[in-house]
Amino acid sequence: MAARVRIKDHWKEQRLFERRALIAGALIGVLALVLFARLVTLQVVRHDYYTDLSQGNRVRIEPLPAPRGLILDRNGTVLAENRPAYQLELVREEVSDLDATLQRLSDIGLIPADDIDDARKLVRSHRSFDSVPIRLRLDDEQIATFAVHRYEFPGVDIRTRLARSYPYGEIAVHALGYVAAISEQDLARIDRAAYSGTTLIGKLGVEAAYEAELHGHNGSREILVNAQGRSVQRQGAFVPNLNTVDPVAGEDLILAMDLEVQKVAETELGARRGAVIAIDPANGDVIALVSRPGYDPNAFGRGISRVEYQALLDNIDRPLFNRALRGTYPSGSTIKPAIALAGLAYGEVNPSQTRFCAGVFRLPGSSRMFREGRSGRHGAVGIVDSIARSCDVYFYDLASRLGVDRIAAFLAPFGFGSLTGIDIGGEKPGLLPSREWKRKAFSNPADQVWFPGETVNFGIGQGYFLVTPLQLAHYTSILANQGTSWKPRLVNAVRDPVSGAVRHLAPQKDAEVSATPEQWHLVMEGMLGALRGRGTAAATAGRNMTYAIAGKTGTAQVFSVGQTEKYDEKTVAERLRDHSWFIAFAPAEAPRIAVAVIVENGGFGSTGAAPIARKVMDAWLVNGGGA
Amino acid sequence: MTYGSIDSSYTRRTLTRSARALASLKLDGPLLVGLALIALYGLIVMYSASGQNVGAVLKSATRLGIGIVVMLILAQVKPGFLRRATPIIYVVGIVLLVVVDVVGYVGKGAQRWLDLGLFRFQPSEIMKIAVPMMCAWYLHERPLPPSTPNLLVTVLIIFLPAALTIAQPDLGTGVLITIAGVLVILMAGLQIRIILALAGITAIGAWFGWSFLHDYQQKRVLMFLDPQSDPLGAGYHIIQSQIAIGSGGIFGKGWMNGSQGQLEFLPERSTDFIFAVIGEEFGLVGLALLIFLYLFVVGRAIFLAMQTQETFARLLSGSIAITFFVYVFINTGMVSGLLPVVGVPLPLVSYGGTSMVTLMAGFGILMSLYSHRKLIRS
Repeated sequence: MAARVRIKDHWKEQRLFERRALIAGALIGVLALVLFARLVTLQVVRHDYYTDLSQGNRVRIEPLPAPRGLILDRNGTVLAENRPAYQLELVREEVSDLDATLQRLSDIGLIPADDIDDARKLVRSHRSFDSVPIRLRLDDEQIATFAVHRYEFPGVDIRTRLARSYPYGEIAVHALGYVAAISEQDLARIDRAAYSGTTLIGKLGVEAAYEAELHGHNGSREILVNAQGRSVQRQGAFVPNLNTVDPVAGEDLILAMDLEVQKVAETELGARRGAVIAIDPANGDVIALVSRPGYDPNAFGRGISRVEYQALLDNIDRPLFNRALRGTYPSGSTIKPAIALAGLAYGEVNPSQTRFCAGVFRLPGSSRMFREGRSGRHGAVGIVDSIARSCDVYFYDLASRLGVDRIAAFLAPFGFGSLTGIDIGGEKPGLLPSREWKRKAFSNPADQVWFPGETVNFGIGQGYFLVTPLQLAHYTSILANQGTSWKPRLVNAVRDPVSGAVRHLAPQKDAEVSATPEQWHLVMEGMLGALRGRGTAAATAGRNMTYAIAGKTGTAQVFSVGQTEKYDEKTVAERLRDHSWFIAFAPAEAPRIAVAVIVENGGFGSTGAAPIARKVMDAWLVNGGGA
Repeated sequence: MTYGSIDSSYTRRTLTRSARALASLKLDGPLLVGLALIALYGLIVMYSASGQNVGAVLKSATRLGIGIVVMLILAQVKPGFLRRATPIIYVVGIVLLVVVDVVGYVGKGAQRWLDLGLFRFQPSEIMKIAVPMMCAWYLHERPLPPSTPNLLVTVLIIFLPAALTIAQPDLGTGVLITIAGVLVILMAGLQIRIILALAGITAIGAWFGWSFLHDYQQKRVLMFLDPQSDPLGAGYHIIQSQIAIGSGGIFGKGWMNGSQGQLEFLPERSTDFIFAVIGEEFGLVGLALLIFLYLFVVGRAIFLAMQTQETFARLLSGSIAITFFVYVFINTGMVSGLLPVVGVPLPLVSYGGTSMVTLMAGFGILMSLYSHRKLIRS
């Protein structure tokens, strides 16, 4: 076409343009129809679907946490309450870089560097739109610091929440337990929906055991949010109708505990390691439950730092260890009243006969000597004196005549070797040995045989036999009751926080220990004797009594001493000294309190533990309590 | 010009008088009414979309006013003068684009603006008109349909500014510039087989060009194909705008009551995504009304283009008319999920200065081309 010259034909070009314009117009019409069809699809066909999505966009359901129930002592003194606290919360989906944000928060001193990993885990374990508390209690300075840096932290905010507060700090911590941030493990066992909005959960003690009562029911509130997730009051010119479900506060717990008695017990134990448990024999009410050393439960509610927690774990005195429920010790001589009762019940003891104590006991046909623990020789002792003066030889002999299986069978209803059934978790069963137990417990056939010498030691509460302080207190209350057994309980009643209606919890009876009134009476005479005249605790707990106390000292060996050498208290390190036990109930004729005290490495029961038990009973019986 | 049957002589007199006044101003009545209705609709929506911000509405109205003035002025310019000035405008535009690119390169970032002290100015906006003008200018004295060499020159005229604009990077405007130029070629009567062949080449070119796109541009296209794959990231715009439109239903949630828009779930609600605000608050009815107004304006503009007699005028006004619809379709298609998100404002409604002025300038030129025609036929 190179040579051909094309002439412009205006008429033809006009026609061409018009044709093209019409084609364009037609195409425009088609595209407009496509667009319209698309709009019909969105707005008519799928209208409901998109309406749901837009509703989900703008309405967020915000949980309203229920205030946790209070914990009160029997006189209405508040032991655990809720106080407003400022806490730092983070919403994962609004934070662009979680790691960087946490690091930055740590840099400005709002979270400890050691806690970054835990905070990250905690945040990750929640749903992305949950507001997760990463620091539970901020002080004024930290609030000010955050206020200055707030713009740097989208998705992080300070919220006012009710935090748990224990006004008496360490007092009764091992009974109350504590609350702390809900952990991953907690999340696995709780109903997440019921706990959405709740930041703290009971971890131990009453707080954990009565979690269901204390927690209450969380409410919820529908709020209008904008794209940034911020709550807004209205949308355009229209104020929407949003629903609110009010939270129902958790129930208050009224404990059997008497704070004054509890305080006395804590003070008397002081810096020593040990436990005190006082029970009302009439119903199993736990008047005081002490394990020392303790720790400040407020630290957990505040969000304990890794360093603080490690310090508690590493402490040689093990403050986190609940000695009252979980410490297992040899009972020492405190078991003698029960052995004596067994002797009477099985007819192995004639109350009118005495046995001569020369300070040493030998099994027939054996040269092994079982020594008197303390005072050399008691001479001729009967059943009452043997308890009062804690004659080991008498009980060596009695135990070997009873035999291990009869002892074990008789001790079982006292609650030894099994859980007492106290209403908070964590107690240990201790160990009630028997032939059958030994056969199962050891793998070496030579060890599976029960030796007669082991029965002899059992008679004075040494050897395999292990008890917890709680079990001893429970046992003491059964002695006080002459056989009737109530399950120990910390919580007496539940109170509705709104109406104030109190629902009393009925005490629960356990298996009875059967013996005749005369037999009970003989044992009590022995225990009364321990605090009188030549009795083991007469000079300590028994001084200036205004009411009759029936008690029994005990000394639990930490390690066995050799047969010939004499045990010298002063030569062994303090921590290897014997544990000091004392059990008692009073007033003897109508018991209103049964106490068990252990002082670890406290030496003899009469000097270490007995004075503490006396102070506790005084606090309850003389100084107002228990009336 | 007919106004149907009008009974009242008073009304007829008034209309005749205003038609005469408009004619003396070189304006077209129906087109002007259409544009005014769209702009008014836009201002009403803008009040809601800006979150009841009177300032934003006033600013928008001011820009509309500037646009009308520009339109009035350009309507007075004689087509001959415009045609002669075309190569100069085009070259100046190219130079400015190069300057912007260089400044942007030095400043290490996207650069679309030239700061002239008093106001900021976007050279690529000029090219939206300058490119079809240049194409029309080049083709108007050559035989049509264009020969292959002429076609190649025209393609080059389009390619140069389009490439410079995409390099800024501003893919949306680059595509619009290309479309405006290509429309001139198509209106010039390019043979169907060549169109098909070019379409094939474009497809292959797109496949190649894919690798030259910026990451975020690639992402936008991918997101369009599957918005749910990244609902909080790149797919967020599309999902939220579809929720807004879909939840509006047939009659909408009412003015200022669209939760998606009012609570800011809808991004860029007063600019690129204002169509979704209309869909949410006024429903299908409101959108259909707007589309009808747009079709009326486009239809009238094409009608005017067909009335012109010069090749330059025909090609240019045809391109302006159809480009206007392309803007509308790209924006509405993008907002309703038919097309990828390219960042094209909704003509005359979206908040944003330069594009409003450019559009009005285009219509000014179109009115000039129509009203200055020599009446050959009756």
